[in-house]
Amino acid sequence: MSIEVISIRKTFDNYVAVRDVSLHVGQGELVALLGPSGSGKTTLLRIIAGLEEPDPGSGAIRFHDEDMTGRRIGDRQVGFVFQHYALFRHMSVFENVAFGLRARPSRTRPDNAEIKRRVSELLRLVQLERLGDRLPGQLSGGQRQRVALARALAVEPRVLLLDEPFGALDARVRRDLRRWLRRLHDEMHITSVFVTHDQEEALELADRVVVMNEGRIEQIGTPEEVYDKPANPFVYQFLGNVNLFHGRIDHGKLRVNGHDTHSPEIPGTPKTNGVAYVRPHDVEVARSGNGDAIKVRIDQINFAGPVVYLLLHRHDGDPVEAAVPRDRFRELALRTSEEVFITFRNARVFSEDYSI
Amino acid sequence: MNTAASLAIRSQKQLRQGGTTEPAVVRYILIGATFLVLGLFLILPLIIVFHEAFADGVSVYCDALRDDDTLSAIRLTLLTAAIAVPANVIFGIAASWCISKFEFVGKRVLLTLIDLPFAISPIISGLIFVLLFGLQGWMGVWLHRHHIHIIGSVVGVVLATVFVTFPFVARELIPLMEAQGTEEEQAAISLGASGWRCFLKITLPNIKWGLLYGIILCNARAMGEFGAVSVVSGKIRGETETMPLHVETLYNDNQSSAAFAVASLLTLLAVATLIAKSIVEWKTAATTQLVPEAPASLIVSTAPPLHPSGKGGFDI
Repeated sequence: MSIEVISIRKTFDNYVAVRDVSLHVGQGELVALLGPSGSGKTTLLRIIAGLEEPDPGSGAIRFHDEDMTGRRIGDRQVGFVFQHYALFRHMSVFENVAFGLRARPSRTRPDNAEIKRRVSELLRLVQLERLGDRLPGQLSGGQRQRVALARALAVEPRVLLLDEPFGALDARVRRDLRRWLRRLHDEMHITSVFVTHDQEEALELADRVVVMNEGRIEQIGTPEEVYDKPANPFVYQFLGNVNLFHGRIDHGKLRVNGHDTHSPEIPGTPKTNGVAYVRPHDVEVARSGNGDAIKVRIDQINFAGPVVYLLLHRHDGDPVEAAVPRDRFRELALRTSEEVFITFRNARVFSEDYSI
Repeated sequence: MNTAASLAIRSQKQLRQGGTTEPAVVRYILIGATFLVLGLFLILPLIIVFHEAFADGVSVYCDALRDDDTLSAIRLTLLTAAIAVPANVIFGIAASWCISKFEFVGKRVLLTLIDLPFAISPIISGLIFVLLFGLQGWMGVWLHRHHIHIIGSVVGVVLATVFVTFPFVARELIPLMEAQGTEEEQAAISLGASGWRCFLKITLPNIKWGLLYGIILCNARAMGEFGAVSVVSGKIRGETETMPLHVETLYNDNQSSAAFAVASLLTLLAVATLIAKSIVEWKTAATTQLVPEAPASLIVSTAPPLHPSGKGGFDI
C-alpha cells in the first residue's frame, strides 16, 4: 500500500505547522520523518493517520489511489504507535493486543479461539508470549513499546505509523529495538512511516529519510544521499557535525584565506560570499602540505573508539574539527600544539545569501 | 527483595524524619491534642446520638422507626437519592468528558457554574427555587395554571437535592480525566473502536474508582441535605419530609428519642459512607501506583525472553 501526500497544509491558530507538503511513500518502504522539534513532522504523521485534519481546501491523502482525506482514523486501516504507547492501563497485555480484533463489527470479528491464536502469534512475534497476563504498568519501557507495536499490527494495518517510537527508551534498549524493528519490517514488508528527531536513528533504520524544517521538506533521499549530499546548509548542519569555511566565491572556486576550494555547484557567479561545508571525516590531516592545504594547530585530541577527534584551529582562530581513523592517527603520531596541514576530501559550497 | 528498592524506602524514611526535628514531648502533645479535639467534636456526638436513641429502651427505638411518618420519610429520602445520584452521575460524566477532552469557548464559565452549589448556602439554593417556581415566583402563575406543583411537593425536594449535589461527581472526575489525557481514547479509535465502545471499554474503566468516590459523596449529601430541601419542601409530614427534616420535626415535638432514632440511621449512613470511601481510596491508590512505573521487583529484565529458536536477545 503506497501513501501519497499531496500538498498538505495545517494551521493551528496563527501557526503554520505544515506548509504544502507533498510526499510519496512506496509500497513496503520504511520512511523516516526527521527534523528538529517544531518542524511539523509529528503533525504530518498524524494527518496521514487521520488523527489530525489538514486545513480545509488544502491537498489530499491517498493510500494506493484511494482518497483518505475525509476518513476517520478507524476507517483508514492504519496501525498507529503512540509516542508514549498509550497502552490501555487496566487491560492485560493480551487484551491490549486483542482490542482491535474485538472492536470489529460482528460480521468480521473473529471468534474467541481465532483471536487467541492471532494474539498469541503476535505476542510471539514481539517476543512477549510469556507476559500476556501482565498489566502494562508491570512492564519495562522496551516491553511496553513492543506491546504497542503488536497491538497496532493486530488490526492487519495497510500502513504502519510510529510517532517517536524509541524516544522514551534508554540508549542501549533503543539501539537493540531499532535493529529488531528493521528486521521485523524486512519480514513483513508493511509500508511504514516513523517520526524521529534522532538523525542516527533515521539513518540506520529508514530506506529513505525525509528531512523537515519549519513545516517544509528540506530533502528526501536515502540515508546515504542525505548524509553525503545534503541539499542545503540546514540538512548539512542537522545531520551530523560539520565545519564551516567562509570565503569569496570566484569563478567556481571558493577562496578561503588564500586557499582555493572547488565549488562546481556555483560556477559563474562573480564574486559573492560563500561557505564551504566539510564533515570532520572529510578533513584530511597531513604533516606537510602544498598550496591548497591550510595550516592548523592541534588544540585537543579526543579518543572516541575507532576514530580520533582532533580539535584544531586555524591561524586566524577559527576552530576546525577533524575525525581521523585510529591507524592514520598512529601513523602521523600527532601531539597537541603541533602544526599540521589539512585538505578537504569532500566539500560543498553554498553561497552565503542562502538563509537557514 | 531487591536491595535498591529497600534502600530507596529507607532513605525515604530518613527524609521524612529529617523534616520533623521537634522533641518527642512536643510531638506527643500535638498528636494528643488533635485526638482530643477530634474525640470531643466528632466521636462524642456519635456516641450521644446512639445513647439518646436507646435512652427509652429498644422497643421505643423500634416503634419510632416503624412509625408511618418515619417510614414515609425514609422512602422519600431513598427515592430522592435514587433520582439525584444517577442524574448527577450522568451529568458529571458528560460535563467532565467535555471539559477534560475538548477545548471550547466558555469552558471556564462552565467550570465555575459547576462549583456554584458549593459556593452558595443551601438555604439560598432553596430560596432560588421558591423564587422561580413558587406562587409569587417568575414561573409561578404559568405553573399554577397548568397544575404543576413544584414547591411543597416531592418534585421540588428532588430538584433541590439534584441542584445541591451537582458538583460532587463532576468535581471528582475532571482532574482525573484531565490527568489521563486522550491518548488511550485515540489509540482505541485508531484500532477501529466506535465512540461508545471506546467510552465503555477505555474511559469508564479508567475513571471507575474516581466515579465511585464521587457517587458515595454525592449519595451521602443527597440523603443528608437539610437546608435547600427544608425551604422548598413545605415540610408536610408524611409527604414531603425527608429524614433530616423529620429529625427536626420530631425534636421540636419533644419526641427526642424518636428524633435520635431517625438520626441514628443517618449516622449509620455516615459511618458506612466513611468505610466505603476509605475502601475506594485504598483501591484507587493501589491502581494508580501501578500505572506510572511498576516496582522494580515486578519488572522482568528488559531483554525479551528466549525465542523458541533458542536464540536470546532480539534476534528473530
